[in-house]
Amino acid sequence: MKKREVYLDNAATTPVDAAVFKKMLPYFSEKYGNPSSVHKIGDQARQGVEKARQQVASFLNCLPDEIYFTAGATESDNWIINGIVDIFRKDNSDKPHLVTLVFEHKAILEPIRVLEKRGLIEVNFLPVSKDGLIEVKEVEKAIKKNTCLVSIMYANSEIGTVQPISQIGNLISQLNQKRKQRIVFHTDAVQAVNYLNCDVNNLNVDALSLSGHKIYGPKGIGALYLKKRTLITSLIRGGGHEKGKRSGTENVPGIVGLGEALNLVAKRKNDGTKIKKLRNKLITGILRDIPDSQLNGSLEYRLPSNANFSFKGVEGEGIIIALSEQGIYAATGSACASHSLKPSHVLTAIGLSDEQAHASVRFTLGRQTTESDINYILEVLPKVIKRLRLISGR
Amino acid sequence: MYSKEVIKHFKHPKNMGEMKNPDAVGEVGNPQCGDILKFYIKVDDNKIKDIKFETLGCAVAIAVSSMMTTMVKGKTLNQAAKITMQDIIKELGGLPFFKHHCSSLAIQALKKAIDSYKDNLTEKVS
Repeated sequence: MKKREVYLDNAATTPVDAAVFKKMLPYFSEKYGNPSSVHKIGDQARQGVEKARQQVASFLNCLPDEIYFTAGATESDNWIINGIVDIFRKDNSDKPHLVTLVFEHKAILEPIRVLEKRGLIEVNFLPVSKDGLIEVKEVEKAIKKNTCLVSIMYANSEIGTVQPISQIGNLISQLNQKRKQRIVFHTDAVQAVNYLNCDVNNLNVDALSLSGHKIYGPKGIGALYLKKRTLITSLIRGGGHEKGKRSGTENVPGIVGLGEALNLVAKRKNDGTKIKKLRNKLITGILRDIPDSQLNGSLEYRLPSNANFSFKGVEGEGIIIALSEQGIYAATGSACASHSLKPSHVLTAIGLSDEQAHASVRFTLGRQTTESDINYILEVLPKVIKRLRLISGR
Repeated sequence: MYSKEVIKHFKHPKNMGEMKNPDAVGEVGNPQCGDILKFYIKVDDNKIKDIKFETLGCAVAIAVSSMMTTMVKGKTLNQAAKITMQDIIKELGGLPFFKHHCSSLAIQALKKAIDSYKDNLTEKVS
């Protein structure tokens, strides 16, 4: 008998949807041309790329010209930071100033920290509330004369909390009308794409990062939306692909897969409601059946797919391994699961103690999650926690 | 990621739980990774007659604790104190490099228990 498997780590990555995979397949060995080649085979590939660009643009409600394909959101995030800072430094003698959140993804925090360490920028890492949210007025207070980039994640990958992006976008576009130094407003929307409105006009953002493999598309492909007339330096120099900004022969199957994945997300509007119902059943069940358990982060302003708990007297990595032995795949913010030996910066940012952060488990539901999956976790998890508490004596 | 032996000791740990009236206790916590290991020992004729553990920690910390208890039970205090990190890792069929510190915690906790036993003895004699 095949062991039961329940995948609840959809914020880490998702399986490629069968329909997406099917659309990608011809671009490996049939329509394998280089989109830059002018002959027929090249043109087939070019058409695949441009159709996908259209699909991405239609999802974000922007122009196809405003879409740049990258290798993923980490690349998009690095690019927007370095590219905007470079432009500012070319034109100004002041140091560029950046505003971001203390619990952004490392793809934002690390490139910013490197620039800060080199003394090239000033930066405000804004704190968040214990619910994992930022207030718009905190952003306003942080902005200075030399602010060139504000980057605020749409939804947090660990606790799923959703930031008021369109309100911040409105604030910044109002400020920009009176400013000499225009502020570029960027959002990392990696976790949001599946469930939230990503119309860039509605959000009032100048730039947005997204990734294929979080939305049932392939790994190794992502995009940066960059509003027309926003100046940025090139990311990779070479043959001048992606309007001279990101050279290198296009990842054609990946690009086609990303376009199709977004096309499917747009069609599947009811996923969020269905997933939220299952997620709420999970939260209610766990808080009811496991003593000394808590939900981390706001329940109200949260992605429908995310549930993040801390269990007193146990350690997260042990929980993950025990669950994995029973075919349940989840994630933890414990240091023991990372190679860095540091607990999750997200959980400590919302005020959890190191001990609580070590004791955390994240479940992220997806399209494939069923009610019987949730019942199975509710059956297994209380026993796992009980056993580990016996071992810890706590 | 982990060997069969690690998973076995994690799923079915040996000598787990609190000990009533131990002769000595050794507890260490690693603030770096948040693991806390505690050994209780009963000593007779300079030998570890019984040993139990309580561990708040990852799968490896639990497996290492369990393995340690099986390795030192019945050994003299001096023999037990000579067990190294490498000995435990070998018995467990290897550990990922970034998990090696978990086994060093077990060594420290046992050493603490043995030292505490010897200190108590000296106090009783004097």
